[in-house]
Amino acid sequence: MAKVLMKGNEAIAEAAIQAGCRYFFGYPITPQNEIPAYMAKMLPKVGGCFIQAESEISAINMVYGAAGAGARVMTSSSSPGISLKQEGISYIVGAELPCLIVNIVRGGPGLGGIQPAQSDYFQAVKGGGHGDYHMVVLAPASIQEMVDLVMDGFDIADRYRNPVMVLGDGMLGQMMEPVEFKERDIVLPEKPWATTGNKDGEPRRIINSLFIDAQALEDHVHKLYRKYDEMKKNETRVECYNCENAEIIIVAYGTTARIAKNVIQMAAKEGINLGLIRPITLWPFPDDTIDRWAEADHTKAFLTLEMSMGQMVEDVRLSVNGKKPVYFYGRTGGMVPTPRAVLEEIKKIREVM
Amino acid sequence: MTKVFERPKALTDKPFHYCPGCTHGIIHCLVAEVIDELGIREKTIGVAPVGCAVFAYEYFNCDMHEAAHGRAPAVATGIKRVHPDNVVFTYQGDGDLASIGIAEIVHAANRGEKITTIFVNNAIYGMTGGQMAPTSLLGQVTTTSPYGRNPDTEGHPIRVSEMLATVEGAAFIERVSVHDIKNINKAKRAIKKAFQVQLEGKGFAMVEVLSTCPTNWGMTPVESLKWIEENMIPYYPLGIKKEVD
Repeated sequence: MAKVLMKGNEAIAEAAIQAGCRYFFGYPITPQNEIPAYMAKMLPKVGGCFIQAESEISAINMVYGAAGAGARVMTSSSSPGISLKQEGISYIVGAELPCLIVNIVRGGPGLGGIQPAQSDYFQAVKGGGHGDYHMVVLAPASIQEMVDLVMDGFDIADRYRNPVMVLGDGMLGQMMEPVEFKERDIVLPEKPWATTGNKDGEPRRIINSLFIDAQALEDHVHKLYRKYDEMKKNETRVECYNCENAEIIIVAYGTTARIAKNVIQMAAKEGINLGLIRPITLWPFPDDTIDRWAEADHTKAFLTLEMSMGQMVEDVRLSVNGKKPVYFYGRTGGMVPTPRAVLEEIKKIREVM
Repeated sequence: MTKVFERPKALTDKPFHYCPGCTHGIIHCLVAEVIDELGIREKTIGVAPVGCAVFAYEYFNCDMHEAAHGRAPAVATGIKRVHPDNVVFTYQGDGDLASIGIAEIVHAANRGEKITTIFVNNAIYGMTGGQMAPTSLLGQVTTTSPYGRNPDTEGHPIRVSEMLATVEGAAFIERVSVHDIKNINKAKRAIKKAFQVQLEGKGFAMVEVLSTCPTNWGMTPVESLKWIEENMIPYYPLGIKKEVD
């Protein structure tokens, strides 16, 4: 299929529809409004259903209902709205339901701002809602990748009966890039556990996250964690760019990973050899890959680059595990780091190395 | 010998966990009898609340979802939109529906969601141990209104049925009680109507059922039934609040 020029948010919505998603429940919030608008326009044309819910809370609970009823379903929002969805996300995990949740992150805390940020990393990968749980968190760095990961995301969600989050930001949501929607066979899995009506003589389907007996709940959580082990084994994705012989490796995802690539090119002109490790899954985190490059003799230090005050850097430090120094540079509140400022930071690190 | 009573097919064999004298059991039974009489068990999907009826998914013998506190109408919306030919009902208490879930119920009604809601109003939070509900009566003593509900500081009891009757998408709203046999029979007719309204695709239907909580009211079961009649019904008048042809 030929490439088309599309805005990030609209590309997400189109990718979801092409992936067989027919149910969308959302609530307006900037900078993700193009997603529900696109869904409202297009879903009725393909026999789907769009509802603008009364709140993000209701939207995620409609997702819970539709997912339990067996539908391929998604919601999207931005940071404060995702906070409101956390209770529902926890229930969806607990009840083992697949769905896709898109967070087009804006600056926080509180009402914050509407400019791009990466300050929802903790919320996305460390749980966000209550209880012991994880979900696969996909972090695209281009609109093409956003499209591909949205499509993959639905399949991953179905494979593990667990929600998947696509973590973008206001930059990725609002910018336009050429994108190709690759033909793929959409195979929606059988869902014998979904509520469709209980035929006489068949077992009832119950969508539930309540286990009043402590031992039963512990057993259930252990079952969830066996799935997380499988996800770690099978779903971890990472891009390594120019890491061979790099003296400093930048670790960055999404928008800041693009900036990092500019920094690497600028640095090369000044004879400084930098690399990039770009986690594509923020959970599961590519700790093995980071550890491998931390072992390499040529790697003298890491710099974690984020549009936050430093959230992913904690996972980078855990992965490096003291083998090499880990530095951090970030802007927050909707401010975007410039390649020049990052390069200055690199030079400071080189002085103390 | 003639069999005069049997357990409805739409109830499982699981014994209820409800307190002695609580009328949840009667209401469960009425809902199940209606499902049986309409022959819709195989296509019914229920949504249980948070509160005393949290285990409703163990009692109603049909596919069930357990929803977060107050969110049953949103969950039911998701199910019904995916399976428009199925029958979807929510079973909710007053804390769940009238407090934390007031937005969900109003907007589900306003969208005219073709679902049926059974709203059990016993004027108190039962499961958590007797806290004040939005429907607690003025002067009612609860653990969080220990000096009696004061309208100056706690507001007035909410009449949910009257409020929802003003909502355009609501097709059928009736308040009933289960404090005596005559009213139990009336309640069953109302519940049946609320399911028929859904089957006919008319819109949102709700039956509010005045119910007892002897444990948290601190009364005997008999005193509780009398308390409904003497205290709740005067404030919450019974009858059809809205019916669309």
